[in-house]
Amino acid sequence: MKDKILMKGNEALAEAAIRGGCRYYFGYPITPQNEVPAYMSKRLPEVGGVFIQAESETASINMVYGACASGARAMTSSSSPGISLMQEGISYIAGSEVPAVIINVMRGGPGLGNISPSQADYLQSVKGGGHGDYNVIIFAPSTVQELADYAYDSFDVAFKYRNPVMILADGVLGQISEGVILPEFKEIKDAPEWALGKGKERNIIRSLFLNPEDRLTTHNIHLQEKYRRIEKEIQYFEEYKCEDAEYLIVAYGTTSRICKSAIDNMRNNGIKIGLFRPISLWPFPYAKLKENAASKETLFVVEMAYNQLEQDVRIGVEGAAPIERLNKLGGSVFNEEEIIDFISNSITLKGNKYVG
Amino acid sequence: MLNKIVLAGFGGQGIIVAGKLLAISAMNEKKETTHYPSYGAEMRGGTCSCSVVVGDNLIASPIIKNPDIALIFNKPSKEKYEPLMRHGGIMILNKSLIEDTNLRGDIKKYLIKASEIAEQLGSVKSTNMVMLGAFVKATSIIKLDAIINSLTIAFPNAKEKAIELNIRALEAGYNNLE
Amino acid sequence: MSDKKYLYKKTAVLTDKSSHYCPGCSHGLVHKMLAEIIEEFGIQKKTIFVAPVGCAVLLYDYIDCDTLEAAHGRAPASATGIKRSNPDNVVIAYQGDGDLLAIGMAETIHAANRGENITVIFINNAIYGMTGGQMAPTTLVGQKTLTTPLGRNPSNEGYPIGACELLNTLTAPYFIERCKVNSSKTAIYTKKVLKKAITNQMNNKGYSFVEILSNCNTNWGMTPLDANKWIDENVEKIFPVKNFRDGDAK
Ligand SMILES: Cc1ncc(C[n+]2csc(CCOP(=O)(O)OP(=O)(O)O)c2C)c(N)n1
Repeated sequence: MKDKILMKGNEALAEAAIRGGCRYYFGYPITPQNEVPAYMSKRLPEVGGVFIQAESETASINMVYGACASGARAMTSSSSPGISLMQEGISYIAGSEVPAVIINVMRGGPGLGNISPSQADYLQSVKGGGHGDYNVIIFAPSTVQELADYAYDSFDVAFKYRNPVMILADGVLGQISEGVILPEFKEIKDAPEWALGKGKERNIIRSLFLNPEDRLTTHNIHLQEKYRRIEKEIQYFEEYKCEDAEYLIVAYGTTSRICKSAIDNMRNNGIKIGLFRPISLWPFPYAKLKENAASKETLFVVEMAYNQLEQDVRIGVEGAAPIERLNKLGGSVFNEEEIIDFISNSITLKGNKYVG
Repeated sequence: MLNKIVLAGFGGQGIIVAGKLLAISAMNEKKETTHYPSYGAEMRGGTCSCSVVVGDNLIASPIIKNPDIALIFNKPSKEKYEPLMRHGGIMILNKSLIEDTNLRGDIKKYLIKASEIAEQLGSVKSTNMVMLGAFVKATSIIKLDAIINSLTIAFPNAKEKAIELNIRALEAGYNNLE
Repeated sequence: MSDKKYLYKKTAVLTDKSSHYCPGCSHGLVHKMLAEIIEEFGIQKKTIFVAPVGCAVLLYDYIDCDTLEAAHGRAPASATGIKRSNPDNVVIAYQGDGDLLAIGMAETIHAANRGENITVIFINNAIYGMTGGQMAPTTLVGQKTLTTPLGRNPSNEGYPIGACELLNTLTAPYFIERCKVNSSKTAIYTKKVLKKAITNQMNNKGYSFVEILSNCNTNWGMTPLDANKWIDENVEKIFPVKNFRDGDAK
């Protein structure tokens, strides 16, 4: 087995993306993801790639649109305010069925907010974010290793479905350094037939449908059929100590790893509790969650946001178990003790609570 | 075993790289570890810190509320972290830059004239290595050899001479702990 | 405090808060000059700042005037909204080079082209300060930054953009000048220019633009003194300090 090396999340994802075939990076500085462009600016020229610091996130995403439309493996990264600016472009990319990889290292909002870790862009990411009926495939890693692994795989997924893929990380994952085993360099085959300048036939990439014979309705139905297929094929989740659990935490990303440790702690005190962690946030693993929720006393949804993940949890659980929320607002991270306190208390007391 | 370690001082004292070196050494010793820097606007105004967590299992949170151990490089950091220390925690103070070294009664205190020792060795820039050496002696969480062996990984572009200076600084920290 | 005479006193338009700026940064000096002008003109109550996204985002902590915090690059648009709905107020947009020339280029050009009766203060420090030192549109050729690790290379990153030169191609702007504040002499002159740019607005003359060559010693990796010298020796070669347009002179 290869040795682990210590790498910062932002740098590990950048290196892994390059190993997954990424040769074009377009981005604009914003904390807490600045190490991604800094790394790419050094590393991409070494592997024959191109780094461009765009003049804005609006430009970044449209550069990605252009590069990916011509079949290149291109990506951008940003943090919450910048991702908001990209939403128009992401809608175009989804509408024109172009693959693309977007990294969101979330920070506190709304507005300029702060630069601390947050999970408050959940709904923006999983429910569309821009205009029109579309979905972005969302992966939520919880360690630097996973961050690297999903960055590596996301290009294959994006190209397979001709759909944008977003990796939803946060300030903690971007900034921590942990041991990571980097994947091998991938051989990238020629650009696909549909790509601009690459096909045997003339290719037009567009999202405008005005003619009666190629109506937008037909296009939307086609997109929805694709989304149903993706929903069948991508259902990523992790179950942690769920077998005998009477209580269940639902959490993702950074929050989930803190919950795992809280669970170990509570189990030492006799509380039978487990974790259900969605990894693909869209498609959300509703069915698996429901299965897990069925016999539980209570589900605790723990997130660094107000009632966002919980909305999907409620859709999945369909009333099969009572749900309580523990929310942390404004770009601050849970500590284990407050999760343990909240859950231990609420097992005897009932009531909702959020920590400022 | 789980150790929550904070390194704090001002920018330019090599806080972040010292923390990285510590984390790399822990990883090479087959321990689980995370390194988390203070970042962005937090860094303005000159203060700088990082958190290193070392344990046997996957580290839950890299963010430290109550440190077990703190390597304190300057006075403002002492004032910031003293009230946050876990009961019975360890503080290692850079005596060169901290006049008043009185601490809460329950904290185990170690002193080292880190900046002066570094200066005598040839560069105040190795203050961070002196502090790390002192940390090894005070806590024995990581062996001195493990840190020395990780130097070339942490500083891949460093010249042999610089590595040698770092080793001497680590050893001086180890041997001069008060 | 009876009959003591102060030779120098901090203007009341500046708050007592100590600033987050790095020692030697030009932002602090420009804040002070603006605050002094506002006091002298007696317009503290009617001045509205538009604070940018950048190192000066906390401008409202230091200058005691009404302030709108704009989105990154959008200050001229937000300032337009304020001024059109409050023509009697003095509206000052204060922006960095990333804010004004990269993400906000469209807003910059179009506010100028409409001849909005606002004053735009442009702090050109040839780098992104707040985010830790990435390339800015004004980064010099060959200048090393976080995102140009080998130095800015025109074949990949193009050339530094001159804001004054660009705006000077438009018909509408009333006043355009580039200054520097790296010595007491140049700072005293710059203060006069700032006064003029604000007076123009009070006299309903239209769009006034003042670019100030500034240092970012931290991200340039220099001492403040070396950074100030670097402005004379390098920055000014690319960005000549001069008046580009003065409507009064016509
Ligand atoms: C939409 C958006 N993108 C990126 C950022 C991150 N950001 C904050 S300040 C800044 C650039 C600041 O540079 P400049 O305008 O030159 O001002 P300075 O800090 O140098 O004074 C950036 C990119 C943001 N806040 N919002």
